[in-house]
Amino acid sequence: MPDKQEIALMAHLMRRAGFGAPREELEARAGNGYEATVEELLHPENQAPVDEDLLYRFMPGYELAGAPAINQGEWVYRMINTQRPLEEKMVLFWHQLFATGNSKVDNPPELTVQIAMFRTQGLGKFRDLLVALAKNPAMLYWLDNNGNHMGAINENWGRELLELFSMGVGNYSEDDIKEASRAFTGWTIGTKIPRAPLGRYLWNFEFKPEDHDAGQKTFLGQTGAFDGDDIIDIVAKQPATARFLARHLYNFFVADEPQVPSWNITPPNDPEAIDQLVQAYDDSDGEVRAMMRVLFNSEFFKKARFSHVKSPAELVIGTARLAGSYQGPRPGFDKLALEAAYQGQELLNPPSVESWHTGSEWIDGGALVRRVNFAANLLGDTSLPGVHSMVESIRGRGALAPEEFVDSCLELVGPLEISGTTRHELLDQAQTGGNLAWSTEAESAESEKRIGVMLALIAASRDFQFA
Amino acid sequence: MATTKKDPVLVVLQLTGANDYLNTIVPYTNGYYRDARPRVAIPENEVLPIDDELGFNPNMAPVKQLFDDGKVAVIHGIGYENSPRSHFRSMDIWHTCEPDIVGTEGWAGKVIRDLDPSGENVLKGVNFGQGLPRALALRGVPVTSVSNLESYGVLSNVPGVGDDRDQILERFARMYSPAVGTGVVMDYLGQTGRDALKGADIIKAAPEKYSSTIEYAETPIATALRDVARVYLADLGTQLFYTQHGSFDTHFNQPPAHIKLWTDVSRAIGDFFDDLKEHDAGDNVIMMLFTEFGRRVKDNGTGTDHGAGGVAFVIGNQVKGGMYGTYPSIRPEDLTQGDLAPNYDFRGFYSTVVERCLGLDAVPIVGGKFEQLDFV
Repeated sequence: MPDKQEIALMAHLMRRAGFGAPREELEARAGNGYEATVEELLHPENQAPVDEDLLYRFMPGYELAGAPAINQGEWVYRMINTQRPLEEKMVLFWHQLFATGNSKVDNPPELTVQIAMFRTQGLGKFRDLLVALAKNPAMLYWLDNNGNHMGAINENWGRELLELFSMGVGNYSEDDIKEASRAFTGWTIGTKIPRAPLGRYLWNFEFKPEDHDAGQKTFLGQTGAFDGDDIIDIVAKQPATARFLARHLYNFFVADEPQVPSWNITPPNDPEAIDQLVQAYDDSDGEVRAMMRVLFNSEFFKKARFSHVKSPAELVIGTARLAGSYQGPRPGFDKLALEAAYQGQELLNPPSVESWHTGSEWIDGGALVRRVNFAANLLGDTSLPGVHSMVESIRGRGALAPEEFVDSCLELVGPLEISGTTRHELLDQAQTGGNLAWSTEAESAESEKRIGVMLALIAASRDFQFA
Repeated sequence: MATTKKDPVLVVLQLTGANDYLNTIVPYTNGYYRDARPRVAIPENEVLPIDDELGFNPNMAPVKQLFDDGKVAVIHGIGYENSPRSHFRSMDIWHTCEPDIVGTEGWAGKVIRDLDPSGENVLKGVNFGQGLPRALALRGVPVTSVSNLESYGVLSNVPGVGDDRDQILERFARMYSPAVGTGVVMDYLGQTGRDALKGADIIKAAPEKYSSTIEYAETPIATALRDVARVYLADLGTQLFYTQHGSFDTHFNQPPAHIKLWTDVSRAIGDFFDDLKEHDAGDNVIMMLFTEFGRRVKDNGTGTDHGAGGVAFVIGNQVKGGMYGTYPSIRPEDLTQGDLAPNYDFRGFYSTVVERCLGLDAVPIVGGKFEQLDFV
């Protein structure tokens, strides 16, 4: 039986590499061993994918749905029900990095196509992912590359590719942006089929050679008749790219860094950690899987407990998984997606290509109230399967004294580490009721109610905002 | 004129989904109107006439009454160039005043910031609705967003808490108290949690303080405007209210849908201003109605599709009632892509209200100098 430390470490891994796991799963995974679990996470192809037949049979409206909320809900379903936690977490990572918003794209199923691409390419070679991104119709439209023509370039994609998606500010010149943009001319979307009268059709990447500037270009000191693939090849080999990607992975998976716009002037909080991840990139010719292996097995990761403010998606999905309230196809995934939107993260619709501001900037008064209420309402509801199972687990431990009562709840919800202030209040709350009692129906009902309130208080705590 | 000088209050009512201009202020004697809308045009004898060319939609009687009292300004042909005719994009443009790039800062957020630069009053701007519209989003500016005033608050719905709620809230406040040595983010969370609790406590007192003979309807928009009235009359320092109603996206079966939409909205507006009048508190309140674009001139069989130029309204005691701007021509040769061509930039509309009613410099808020109209 794994010990407390091993369970706590596994909980940390599952919160970061996925969306959290209930107690039984943590015990099983810890029993398999940490490194073996990391390997399993890194190879999602060995676990069953989401059963789409089942999903679409129950929710036919979810397949190629038009409405934003349904597309968001479909993704929420996958995040909750996946057997491939890291694959799905990587999708969220790439969506936050390559932020593409429905506000402009106005084509939710096209965004779902982009998300699906992150699912298949998300752990492979970064270079391959960038090429797939460059040819993704939603991205082509979002960053106007369909308006990037020979003799009349549009720099939007070329710029953001370098500034936000690979190297970061300060590592290229304005001329490099222009030359990169020339290389991507002709990469466009084929003629769109109008929505009337047959409904939505997906867009397609099309290369128009007659619109492609095939001339000589000088990019980052190299000269040649570069096209988009060549630019990405050069970019992928830049040390700045490895460094930028490493820092993004650190910021998302390890610990909150300052906001991205300040990265060209503010050094990383843990430069050695970044160096290790850069080394992994170099050793593997830019494979994301290799970087994640180094990341999850590192000391800097294992020690970074609760140093990451949960995004709304992580809070909503994680709490729903814990409460056990959304397993399998059923109504309500679009509402869960809306909840994340009301908390400040509308999936498939980041406010701009610079994406959401993360870390403590997820939190403002309104968002905090929503986060607290959402989590407390779920974990305080002892009728939900996951919460009920926590109640049963505590019942099995007998007439617990207040301190053990609090510790049991913290263990089952996380294990969650809390501050002295929180602990003081939780203990005080537990003490007002004395020991838990289970001998009569009335006592059991009262104990169950007390557990619900305790779990709600834990969900409402500051500490619960962290992963 | 009121003898007490009170702070100006702006109520923004967003009509979500693109309200149909042509059936709201109806060019009822215009032959082109009837030709283009064989199934969707409003019969001439049903319109509430303003003059012998234009009239209000028949379901807007309370608003027409306010218009006849000189309290409604109709802003014709409002919009911006090159409308993408996409709800999301267009609404973002109205929210951020950025027609050409993707903006992330809300104009109303900037208003709140300029009204309360120190951010002391978390109730300076209040949104009634879910989440926070981009119009109100501005880093560092607290905005209170209430989806249901009765049940608003921290831990207001936790099962099993019930009667112990006050005690649980006190515990919550203590859990969020300053804690030495836990770091910057924990401190920030603590401050934010305590402020939110304080704001919720203050705003929840509003319904108790309120009494009125006005019986608002049981519709979402009436509830929202009544909540605006309750919070405003509770004198909590709120100067900007934001709410929305919809969906006005009447592609299909427009006539019955539009009837209900305008009946509900108009009655709620009428009751709201009656409520303010009853409390002798209407003089410093001004209401703006806007929508993201108008709709196509030609109907599609049962409804209308997305258009461009639209209509906006301003309502209040300070308003110099009447019609402003020019109704865009509906002759087929004058349309852009089948739509009314806007002729008045919406940022001028915002600017007029922001400067003349709220006393703020509009240029940084809307991103430039735009033509103002003399409706206030």
